[in-house]
Amino acid sequence: MKRSTIDLWVGLFVAIGIAAVTFLSLKVANLTPQSGSDTYTLTADFDNIGGLKVKAPVKSSGVVVGRVTKIELDTKRYVARATLTLDKQYQFSRDTSAEILTAGLLGEQYIGLVQGGDPDNLASGDSISLTSSALVLEQLIGKFMTSFAEKGSQDAPAKTE
Amino acid sequence: MSSDSFIELKNVSFAYGDRPILQDISLTIPRGKLVAIMGGSGSGKTTLLRLISGQVLAQKGQVLVDGQDVGRMSSRDLYQHRRRMGMLFQFGALFTDLSVFDNVAFPIREHTRLPESMIRDLVLMKLNAVGLRGTEALMPAELSGGMARRIALARAIALDPQIMLYDEPFTGLDPISLGTIALLIKKLNDALGTSAVMVTHDVHKSLEIVDHVYFVAGGKIAAEGTPDEVRHSSSPWVQQFVQGEADGPVHFAYPATQGLAEAFGIKGETA
Amino acid sequence: MNALLNPIRRLGALSINAIWRLGFISRFFVAILLNSGQSLLRFRLTIREVYFAGVLSLIIIIVSGLFVGMVLGLQGYNTLARFGSADALGALVALSLLRELGPVLAALLFASRSGSAMTAEIGLMKATEQLEAMSVMAVNPIARVVAPRFWAGVISMPILAALFNVMGILGGYLVGVEMIGLDAGTFWSQMQNNVDLHYDVVNGLIKSLFFGMAVTLVAVFEGYDATPTAAGVSSATTRTVVTSALVILALDFVLTAFMF
Repeated sequence: MKRSTIDLWVGLFVAIGIAAVTFLSLKVANLTPQSGSDTYTLTADFDNIGGLKVKAPVKSSGVVVGRVTKIELDTKRYVARATLTLDKQYQFSRDTSAEILTAGLLGEQYIGLVQGGDPDNLASGDSISLTSSALVLEQLIGKFMTSFAEKGSQDAPAKTE
Repeated sequence: MSSDSFIELKNVSFAYGDRPILQDISLTIPRGKLVAIMGGSGSGKTTLLRLISGQVLAQKGQVLVDGQDVGRMSSRDLYQHRRRMGMLFQFGALFTDLSVFDNVAFPIREHTRLPESMIRDLVLMKLNAVGLRGTEALMPAELSGGMARRIALARAIALDPQIMLYDEPFTGLDPISLGTIALLIKKLNDALGTSAVMVTHDVHKSLEIVDHVYFVAGGKIAAEGTPDEVRHSSSPWVQQFVQGEADGPVHFAYPATQGLAEAFGIKGETA
Repeated sequence: MNALLNPIRRLGALSINAIWRLGFISRFFVAILLNSGQSLLRFRLTIREVYFAGVLSLIIIIVSGLFVGMVLGLQGYNTLARFGSADALGALVALSLLRELGPVLAALLFASRSGSAMTAEIGLMKATEQLEAMSVMAVNPIARVVAPRFWAGVISMPILAALFNVMGILGGYLVGVEMIGLDAGTFWSQMQNNVDLHYDVVNGLIKSLFFGMAVTLVAVFEGYDATPTAAGVSSATTRTVVTSALVILALDFVLTAFMF
């Protein structure tokens, strides 16, 4: 009698453990697209990837459709080549454009895909030709400062009058 | 007597580190007899039992059980040797997390593949033999000292051993429980025909039930004989032990290395 | 001269003793592995110990996990709000728990709740000659008493750590969403975007598996090695908690360096 209650408790204990791990993997972690049949890869070249990292999400209209799986430097043309692994259920046309975006002002960077109008879709291994690079904050500030200074030098005499 | 010896110690010496416990001891335990080993506390009696069960190994000499040297057994042989041996520990050593039934069933379950119904019959038989049938469901903590000792005895005989070792079976028991245990030991020994060694310092009760007595003192056999010979022994040492006198051949004081004056820091005479 | 030498001598003796014990515990570990057959073949022995080590630790793990998560939620919110990124609270709570706090705190609680109990139990069995009685009955106490407890600890620890994580995340959710009023959707999506199944969840569980092995090994060893007296068992129990805590934290550093 006593033994069967112990068995019951231990069974319950293990069930709780399985439930906890399931919760952690489904609700807490993102189940990344698995490598294999249900994904395909694309490449995209960027002049500057800014702070983009491997594992960064690839989104289209804000929906996560894949991940960046590899980043390397093409030493012939000296551009950064990002390899994207996308879920097979999301297909994109051949003239799709890719841009590196930032979530919020200081947030993480991700790749945004914008669907084009070509009836043919990109196949695995294809390259996305329409890309726009990351906005690098220092460069942005630099540009802003120069234009501000220019504007300031124009405005200054006007104000004294 | 040696022709029918079942357990035989030949010139055995044993020491814990630098501290010698037994020196050059020889003794025999005949088949089917109950032999007591007596001596003061710390005289090495319990070590003798451990040598026979193979818990410790002799540094010199041989411990022969049924012709086999315990000191040279492989661990597999040693386990085989222990399976035909039962031991009653000083305070019973019942498994506190198991019920009385499971305690007695423990050796049967570990060493046989009997069906549960047969184990149940065997356990009840053994409990009946020690007069405690009906206590199966109790836990060891709910037993009195005497009852725990009897349950431990039932557990020790669960597999009908050929050798029984008793380590101080009478310690800490009231006179009635003591009498019961003594009677049980005698009865079981006669019924099962086991060869038994009992280590004890309870002289009177032991002399009533045993067939032969060895006295151990200072790591050596000081005297031996049948209970009658012991009672009428002229040896002052045996007389001191049997009568329980404080001083005699066994000194009251521990052999100190310093004189009393020196220990108190009075250096005048020695320096 | 002696006054100068004595501390050095004591230090030397202490280190030699430590190394001696390390060798002994390694040998003991091998002995457990070699004598594990019975705890797997007669799995009921192990199940029984899972009950005592794991099931009975549920309450403390659930309650502590919840509170740790709530504290993380509160502190995390206060800090993140200063940088205007309170939305990342879910990710912060989940990552801190999964990678570090869950395995480490669950292991520390497990060591003081179940590890000390194992040491005391085995130590008392030794003090009352139960282990010796077993060995005289031709039953190996390492196979019958020690190994099932060891495997029960190894099985229980990851389950308890996973449960601790879940309770902690729920605690963070309670504070962040129910109390402070962050958006529930943001809380979960930030978490899902930043937590990786293999990198964070699985590595955390692997950590707790190692902690489980270390804690139970220390616990059963201290029990088996205890001086068979009341004072000996009590000091062995203390040593279990202290040694386990040190081993958990040191091992955590090594494993973190390896994994992340």
